[in-house]
Amino acid sequence: MEGGLVFIGDLDLTTRKVLRWLIERKPIKDIVEWANAFSLWPVHLMTSCCGVELGAAYAPRFDLERYGSLPFVSPRQTNLIIIEGTLTRKMARVARITWEQMADPKFVIAMGACAIDGGLFWNSYNVVRANEVIPVDIYIPGCPPRPEALARAILMLQQRIKSRGITRHDLELIEKNLKIERVELARE
Amino acid sequence: MASQQPQIPQQRLALGKALEELAARLSEHLKGVATRVEADKRSMVINIEVDRSRILEAAKILSSLGFDHVKSLTGVDYPDKGVIELMVHIGSYSRGLRRIMVILRSKLDRKDPRAPTLTQIWPSSEFQEREAWEMFGIVFEGHPDLRRLLLPEEFEGLWPGRKDFEIPTRKAGEVEEPWK
Amino acid sequence: MVAGSIAIEEISKELIQSRDLGVTEEGERLIELQIGPTHPGSGHMRIRVWVDGDIIVRCDPDIGFVFRTIEKLSENRIYMKTIPLVERPSLLDTTPMTIGYVNAIEKLMGIEPPPRAKYLRTILAEITRIASHLYGIGILAIFLGHSTGFMWGFGDRELFVELANQLSGARITYAYVIPGGVRRDMPQSFPDNVEKALRYMERRLKDWYKIFLNNPVIEDRLREVGILRKNDAVKLGITGPNLRASGVDFDVRVADPYEAYDELEFMVPVAEEGDAYARTLVRFEEIKQSINIIRDALRKMPSGDIIHPQIARMFNPLMKKIYEETRRVKFPGIFASLKPPKGEATARVEAGRGEALFHIVSDGSPRPYRFRWTTPSYRNVILFKYLIPGHRLADLPAIYGSLDYFPPEADR
Repeated sequence: MEGGLVFIGDLDLTTRKVLRWLIERKPIKDIVEWANAFSLWPVHLMTSCCGVELGAAYAPRFDLERYGSLPFVSPRQTNLIIIEGTLTRKMARVARITWEQMADPKFVIAMGACAIDGGLFWNSYNVVRANEVIPVDIYIPGCPPRPEALARAILMLQQRIKSRGITRHDLELIEKNLKIERVELARE
Repeated sequence: MASQQPQIPQQRLALGKALEELAARLSEHLKGVATRVEADKRSMVINIEVDRSRILEAAKILSSLGFDHVKSLTGVDYPDKGVIELMVHIGSYSRGLRRIMVILRSKLDRKDPRAPTLTQIWPSSEFQEREAWEMFGIVFEGHPDLRRLLLPEEFEGLWPGRKDFEIPTRKAGEVEEPWK
Repeated sequence: MVAGSIAIEEISKELIQSRDLGVTEEGERLIELQIGPTHPGSGHMRIRVWVDGDIIVRCDPDIGFVFRTIEKLSENRIYMKTIPLVERPSLLDTTPMTIGYVNAIEKLMGIEPPPRAKYLRTILAEITRIASHLYGIGILAIFLGHSTGFMWGFGDRELFVELANQLSGARITYAYVIPGGVRRDMPQSFPDNVEKALRYMERRLKDWYKIFLNNPVIEDRLREVGILRKNDAVKLGITGPNLRASGVDFDVRVADPYEAYDELEFMVPVAEEGDAYARTLVRFEEIKQSINIIRDALRKMPSGDIIHPQIARMFNPLMKKIYEETRRVKFPGIFASLKPPKGEATARVEAGRGEALFHIVSDGSPRPYRFRWTTPSYRNVILFKYLIPGHRLADLPAIYGSLDYFPPEADR
């Protein structure tokens, strides 16, 4: 609470509340969702061999960039993780850390049979399921899925953002934040 | 079909003869060191079996003959015999020997598998020895940097390459937290 | 919160994690950098480097992020089910790997595939070799900031992926090679399509030389960087184009010919310099040689069966009908209970990145007792430890890209 205190109360808190109120209103909410849907930038986390098809998907022939999606370096500036295939124990931790570093709203696509239920490597002692590590929004079956399937997943995610708003875990997060603020207000 | 005799083409027959000659020459060089020198014409390899204490000696002789790199180094677990067989595929980049591979084998005690490191003779075996250690627990004496290569550091359970390693199972509905 | 702290946090967490600010014996500060795995320049691995200023003093590759325990898994599966397992780690050039594994089984069983099957295997292996090299060159280009190279590499690669698709029915995981032969014959239009693609690629290679290899920026970044001397390469057991770029004339296709390679005409490109540029050059020359091999193989393609007659004898009437009409092999029951006799077999192949070695220990049961497999990337990973120290940090991506290292293949 370093912000200046005016007669009306905590300026920072009030601004944030006003901002949220504004974001929840109809035209702005639509714009935010529209903008989110067309800027699904996956973070550069190659978990396994489906990365080859991911590379092909962003290369000239399939060109997912036309849907507003482009792999980018920093987890802080991206909002999508694509789990490309098998998630090993060592990589699971990396995926989790990367997911925790990303800002909200964030989405997860699990690509390939291995990310769904182990796939070919179902009984390997070093393979974990993607949904135990991070909450997955969309699964793509296939081993490996074709780039078209990845394009379809991106389009589905866009549809979902536009129709349902931001995803389930983000709503929970916002609710949690709201509760905290209510407590703060009550104390005042 | 399994009982079918191998059909070896003409070219291979001549090669087989050369392989046998080389095996005979190798067994001369390795006299007193190797317990068995045998040519395998099907795979074009020469199997050399040595006692654990003579591994380094055999390796030095092979290296001086021109076998200059290790292609694979691993163990094969035989729990019923109580041994882990160290199996080293050695090849050569020189023109005369490049067609032939040598497999250096040595039986190690399964309870305490120890072998001298081959990194002094073939530096190419460094990472492979690390893998053999983490999979089979073979301790390579004198290895400069014997630590895990592939598995995460906090991996539980010993020697996953061995036959008696049980793949951990989970009850239905039980969720791990593998990132922790 | 201070504005600057966000930037610092970003750098430390995402790109480079600096942990160990130690003091060396000489009193200079060494910084430990961890590059990856969430980093475009690292792939599926972590490279730990210790730098003094911007000179790399020590480098330690931390692999195992894609370690899927295939050797262990194969011990619990029937022989046929390991064919797709063998493909997955080296997804860029899957056919050489399946050829090696199937060759080992064939040696155990003592059968040889018919000549037409051998030629078909060879053609698919060379198609995937070109695709794999183009992938590697594309990745190298993007490491060097040459986006056009990335787009061209991946765009040209699609051509060969499509050819393989026509032959086998899948984009990259074909499982085309089965013990005793191949799954399908080539379609009628295939030779024409191949010829078209090869002619396009030959034309394209001239452009590649203009835009990439003879580009002064690329030459500056790659020449005299990461020099691997001949005796070091031999000592460290390096394999593939990386070895041949250091002046060692070794190629399994020539040294220990498998499939149809002893009947085909091609050269093994060798460079003497051993630097990153030579490694790239060797890959381009190999694409040219692969084009020759495919042309030659199509010209010499014998007619006849694509599956060993002993297996064809086990077809039931429906399978026989399908095989005669569409030239596709349906699996008879023998494959489900394939029991090679007791013994051991070793096979090796030249995959896109180098020599792969397969060793199967069979105890006469339907599952391999032990399956040992070393891949070219697994043998080349030692280069990180011995080649990179002494270079500047900025050269790391250039060297890494020129090694054409594919982490899943190394981890297996």
